[in-house]
Amino acid sequence: MIRDAEALNALLATVARFVRERLVPAEPLVDETDEIPAGIVAEMKAMGLFGLTIPEEYGGLGLTMEEEVLVMFEMGQTSPAFRSLFGTTVGIGSQGLLMDGTEAQKSRYLPRLATGELIASFALTEPEAGSDAASLRTSATLSGAHYVLNGTKRFITNAPHAGIFTVMARTDPQDHGAGGVSAFIVEAGTPGLRLGKRDRKMGQRGAWTCDVIFDDCRVPATSIIGGIPGRGFRTAMQVLEKGRIHIAAICVGVAERLLRDALRYATERRQFGQAIAGFQLVQAMLADSKAELYAARCMTLDAAQRRDRGENVSTEASCAKMFASEMCGRVADRAVQIFGGAGYMAEYGIERFYRDVRLFRIFEGTTQIQQLVIARNMVKAVS
Amino acid sequence: MKKILVGVKRVVDYNVRVRVKPDGTGVALDGVKMSVNPFDEIALEEALRIRERGQANEVVVASIGPADSQQQLRTALAMGADRALHVQTDSTIEPLGVARAFLKLVERENPFLVIFGKQAIDDDNGQTGQLLASLWDRPQVTFASRLELGEATARVTREVDAGLETLDVDLPAVITADLRLNEPRYVKLPDIMKAKKKPLETLSLADLGADTREHLRIVRVGPPSQRTKGVMVKTTEELVEALKKKGLF
Ligand SMILES: Cc1cc2nc3c(=O)[nH]c(=O)nc-3n(C[C@H](O)[C@H](O)[C@H](O)COP(=O)(O)OP(=O)(O)OC[C@H]3O[C@@H](n4cnc5c(N)ncnc54)[C@H](O)[C@@H]3O)c2cc1C
Repeated sequence: MIRDAEALNALLATVARFVRERLVPAEPLVDETDEIPAGIVAEMKAMGLFGLTIPEEYGGLGLTMEEEVLVMFEMGQTSPAFRSLFGTTVGIGSQGLLMDGTEAQKSRYLPRLATGELIASFALTEPEAGSDAASLRTSATLSGAHYVLNGTKRFITNAPHAGIFTVMARTDPQDHGAGGVSAFIVEAGTPGLRLGKRDRKMGQRGAWTCDVIFDDCRVPATSIIGGIPGRGFRTAMQVLEKGRIHIAAICVGVAERLLRDALRYATERRQFGQAIAGFQLVQAMLADSKAELYAARCMTLDAAQRRDRGENVSTEASCAKMFASEMCGRVADRAVQIFGGAGYMAEYGIERFYRDVRLFRIFEGTTQIQQLVIARNMVKAVS
Repeated sequence: MKKILVGVKRVVDYNVRVRVKPDGTGVALDGVKMSVNPFDEIALEEALRIRERGQANEVVVASIGPADSQQQLRTALAMGADRALHVQTDSTIEPLGVARAFLKLVERENPFLVIFGKQAIDDDNGQTGQLLASLWDRPQVTFASRLELGEATARVTREVDAGLETLDVDLPAVITADLRLNEPRYVKLPDIMKAKKKPLETLSLADLGADTREHLRIVRVGPPSQRTKGVMVKTTEELVEALKKKGLF
């Protein structure tokens, strides 16, 4: 936790400089090769980006949610694939362990997560269980001092890099709902754990996903997060709630970048004898983007501050994730429009962002699932 | 104790487009992002590398300026400096005054090497290093692009108009850093927190007893004149003709 304007500004300035000098120039290369150069990965680790949210006693920075959001506003100023590499370690991959893990589990993994030596992934989604995550089928059967895992997890971010997985599996076959699910820490390399081939995706090239397959994979019974079975779904939902604010912040950052690029282009590109920024129809696109972006930034910061104050932010986190990701999609679409033909051409990078940001409306809960969460909370409050 | 003293100036960030104040007395600084002078970062990076090679034990950074200069000193500490000295003053000190104040710091600290940036990107005076060397009566090498330390001497390559010049100087000496001397490191984020615990001593000009009287008066600050529109020529012959007309060829 920083809570000190001077140190926080120094941190944000350092991240901004790294983004501007190292990441932005590498954007086309990462898209072309579908890989983040090893030198950049090493620099990200050395800088401490993997430890942003790991508590200081485990070697991280222990940022508050608000501080994390401010860092993500800066990280969003470049291709989201860079964020993705440390995003699961800072977020969904490690938070279950942090929120509900035992002291032994935390001290075993958190210090290595903070340095980036271990990358964490979060494995909830399955071929037959996406939005309806509570129906997951991966089973964990107790056998002596071990659980035996069987099943397949789908679209798991950073699985090819991961050193540990937070895996949600059903320990109670009688309970087909959320109560039968437990969260496990499974180490990469455990016999019976296998990775599928890397998915080919629409965007965010350089960020990798694949299936994670469990085939009679034996893990010690002590690998259940917190040591108590049946709590895994609750852990996963708490993790995702925090993750939604993080994703909202990235959406704000990327939209800022796109709008800045679009504004610059609009002031330079001339048609009919004047800069296209002078046309009111173009101005409307710029103004709508600016206003929506401002709203999303305020929502995201507010949700983060409320969470830091200990409030229940289930509704606010979903509102911010839904609004910011939809806003980001609209801003990206307008950016392509303002760039015209150039917006459709790879050389200008705008079409790459347009593809990249499409993901934000889908993962960590689709827009429709956010609507369900928000409305359910509203109805519950009055009944 | 082999010490290196490095000067760190708080300046407007190099990404900021500065605006001249309407009354022509200076540039507007309200709410503008401030940073460590980029050439000073290079100077500090060089000092840190020397210490990491075991050729120095301590890197001390010093800044003369307003209270907010402590932010830049903290950044320098986060980069790896061991200790910071802040000579606090709210008035603008011209290069001679800065050099005189640094002379007092040099007398206190006894460094074997003083490294400055070759110039600060706000005023572009490029004088402090030279003035200090002269007041201290020690050798100087400006615009260094390469620095090798021996036991009692330093071999320094400097960039001059005609190419590269290599000089050997006796230590202690003053060196000013050019752009190509090195590429400064990125601060490690946890080191920003650790920097809060490193020693930062605040002094006043009176404590030092340095004479910082002004000898310069700023008459007027104005923006650069607007570039006028160029003419397009079609052939080299036309270009030569146009240059001749302007008396440039
Ligand atoms: C690049 C990428 C990375 C990912 N990384 C991870 C990861 O690291 N870990 C992980 O566990 N998962 C990950 N996922 C999975 C992601 O979270 C799911 O894809 C997402 O939750 C949606 O699930 P689904 O794909 O099964 O779609 P479905 O649930 O099948 O949804 C299809 C459509 O139906 C709609 N729908 C579903 N149910 C309802 C309803 N009740 N009411 C209204 N509409 C509904 C959805 O909104 C959507 O439009 C990733 C996905 C992608 C694409």
